[in-house]
Amino acid sequence: MKCRTCREPAIIDLPRHNANFCAEHFLQLCRRQVAKAIHDHEMFTASDRILVAVSGGKDSLAVWDLLVDLGYRADGLYIALGIGEYSDESRGYAERFAAERGLVLNVVSLREEYGYDVPTAAKATGRVPCSACGMSKRHLFDKAALDGGYDVVVTGHNLDDEAAVLFGNALRWDVEYLARQLPVLPARHGFPRKVKPLIRLTEREMAAWCVVRGIDYIIEECPMAVGNRHLGYKEALNALEEKSPGTKASYYLGFLDRMAPLLAELAATGADSVRPCARCGAATGVADEHAVDGEIVCAFCRLVERSAAHAPVSVDLVRKKSRAERRATMEVEAR
Amino acid sequence: MKVILRNPRREIVIDGRRRVHALLAELDLTREGHLVIRNGTLVPGDAELDRDDVIEIRPVISGGA
Repeated sequence: MKCRTCREPAIIDLPRHNANFCAEHFLQLCRRQVAKAIHDHEMFTASDRILVAVSGGKDSLAVWDLLVDLGYRADGLYIALGIGEYSDESRGYAERFAAERGLVLNVVSLREEYGYDVPTAAKATGRVPCSACGMSKRHLFDKAALDGGYDVVVTGHNLDDEAAVLFGNALRWDVEYLARQLPVLPARHGFPRKVKPLIRLTEREMAAWCVVRGIDYIIEECPMAVGNRHLGYKEALNALEEKSPGTKASYYLGFLDRMAPLLAELAATGADSVRPCARCGAATGVADEHAVDGEIVCAFCRLVERSAAHAPVSVDLVRKKSRAERRATMEVEAR
Repeated sequence: MKVILRNPRREIVIDGRRRVHALLAELDLTREGHLVIRNGTLVPGDAELDRDDVIEIRPVISGGA
């Protein structure tokens, strides 16, 4: 296989582009796709202060690397979620990435600063772990951006992430979520602007970016995410992609191009209905019927109150085994 | 060849030479969900893998959103 651009030996085949690329021209493709997403959706400018939500995984480190490579000023924020060894390892990858490049990485620890961790929150609230995790991260990234004077929060959501969420929302015809599934969420009433510069690049391309750039990231899957619905949607979409390359891009980017404009009016509703939380002051859309002792309390503060009062719960008590783990166990037992 | 698999990490041995896409198919793994790395370098689908190669097949799908 030869690189489409220079005819040197290729290192990666990208069926959705019907092309193969050498390392240099693969990186060039990724930079152009990110620059196009930033430009087309007016995500931020060179003068903006950017806060990157960093997990230690491939996508968040790749987007941070890409932004710095493209000349943007970007700091990182890592949230220590308390998911056992997985969190310890992922934090190490994030810290090494920042230290090696002289970048600023801020760290917030759920256990040290709020008295809980994700496994405990899942058990205490009856939520699935990914729900407790997502709510915690959204609240704390918003808070850090506002407190730190950042103009925008960047997340590493890629094309696969967005296509899978779109697939799930469309399966349920959840039109309110569909209306808000945009690459830019504007700043409003106590919420910072949030953007997703990787929407034009797949997970495979982001993993390849990290390999080519020599970025070490945590490869192991989060033990809390094993078997979640989102992974099932990704597998289904990848099965379609194998048979018809380009399906994920045409599905999600076509949604942005042709369907999202029809939902724009719906996306704007509810924007003015937020109020300050009585406990932390953060903006919240909590309705009157969910008031606590007559006070409006945001979902994060309610989660903290229940979780911090609960005895710590270990990861193993709330995790499922993956299909690959079950298969590996069977392989060992069969020998 | 020695093949390193992830999630969980484990190693298997495959006899003989293979092209990358044939190895993935044999292991029932999708191209879209994996990278194939030989000695730290990515290799495309038609690359031929030798008996003595050490190959990492790295999954790329992550569950967060």
